Amino acid sequence: MSTTVTQQIDEVKSTPWSGGRSPFNVEYGKMMMWFFLLSDAFTFSSLLISYGALRFSASTWPLASKVFQSFPGLIEKDAPLVFVGLMTLILILSSVTMVLAVEAGHRNSKKEVVRWMILTIVGGLMFLGCQALEWTHLHSEGFWWGSIPNDETLKEFFEGVTKIGNAEHLTSHQFANLFFTITGFHGFHVFSGVVINIIITVNVMIGTYAKRGSYLMIEKVGLYWHFVDLVWVFVFTFFYLV
Amino acid sequence: MSSETTTTHHADAEHGDHEGMSKKRIMKVFWILLGITAIEFFVALVIAPKFPHAEWINPIYIVLTLFKAFYIVAFFMHLKFEKMGLIMAIVVPVLFIIGLILVLTNESHYWIDLRL
Repeated sequence: MSTTVTQQIDEVKSTPWSGGRSPFNVEYGKMMMWFFLLSDAFTFSSLLISYGALRFSASTWPLASKVFQSFPGLIEKDAPLVFVGLMTLILILSSVTMVLAVEAGHRNSKKEVVRWMILTIVGGLMFLGCQALEWTHLHSEGFWWGSIPNDETLKEFFEGVTKIGNAEHLTSHQFANLFFTITGFHGFHVFSGVVINIIITVNVMIGTYAKRGSYLMIEKVGLYWHFVDLVWVFVFTFFYLV
Repeated sequence: MSSETTTTHHADAEHGDHEGMSKKRIMKVFWILLGITAIEFFVALVIAPKFPHAEWINPIYIVLTLFKAFYIVAFFMHLKFEKMGLIMAIVVPVLFIIGLILVLTNESHYWIDLRL
């Protein structure tokens, strides 16, 4: 009889939230990475929503298909979306190599983890290189924080505008500031991600996680890396497509 | 009761192994993401120029973007295979962003009236 009573008490305490166990069933660091990413998602959405609000309230806006119509170093004009398409492809591919690294980590295959991590780092560096080229191109046209091209160049970016007036100057300034701030903040995340990935890859190489018996750390940096890809998906839509 | 405990433990063990993403599945998600991006390019380069100032183009982009976001978060970030509690802890706060979007979109319509 006493056993029945004990069992009943155990049953009461065995639900996920009655204490004594981890209801989310994830390791502490991984859960904190999720919560950090949640806060980062709020930061990025604040930036993107401010951009949206300013753009909605503007009577005119520089056309994305005209501002981003070159492939720096190869094609000067009339190639909208080609360069940014390449950047998007690079980032998606580096996300795939990251999941493959996580997958290899589950099989405790150190060699494969290192291989996929290196490919992910290369992808991240290629993306940063593309972004540097694009920034240089826009800067050479006259765009920068607080500065816009001269009226002659600006005329190309507005459809059906014969004379550049105050509205065009205002929205070009807004476009320049928002573009460099938001893609800069995203690029800074990519840069941080590459640095973190390099540190973790070195750790994998010297056998830190093999000794620990788990490649969970790869999953945590993987979460961060996918988040960077996720933000790019939104930046791409709202700056280059819309 | 004992059988219940066993199944829970079994589920936990399975969860710990993260069976969700095989190589095949990773490649499938990659092709889906690439496909959606290709559709976005098709809309931007082929369809949009034929309908200048069409108001239904942007909603298409946004819906496709949300699909991409779902596949990245659910499969690459593995959230679909986590415990319901964690899924809710991440997804529910994000819904508040929709509130901010609605408020500021409304506000921006007021700004444009101020400027005119």
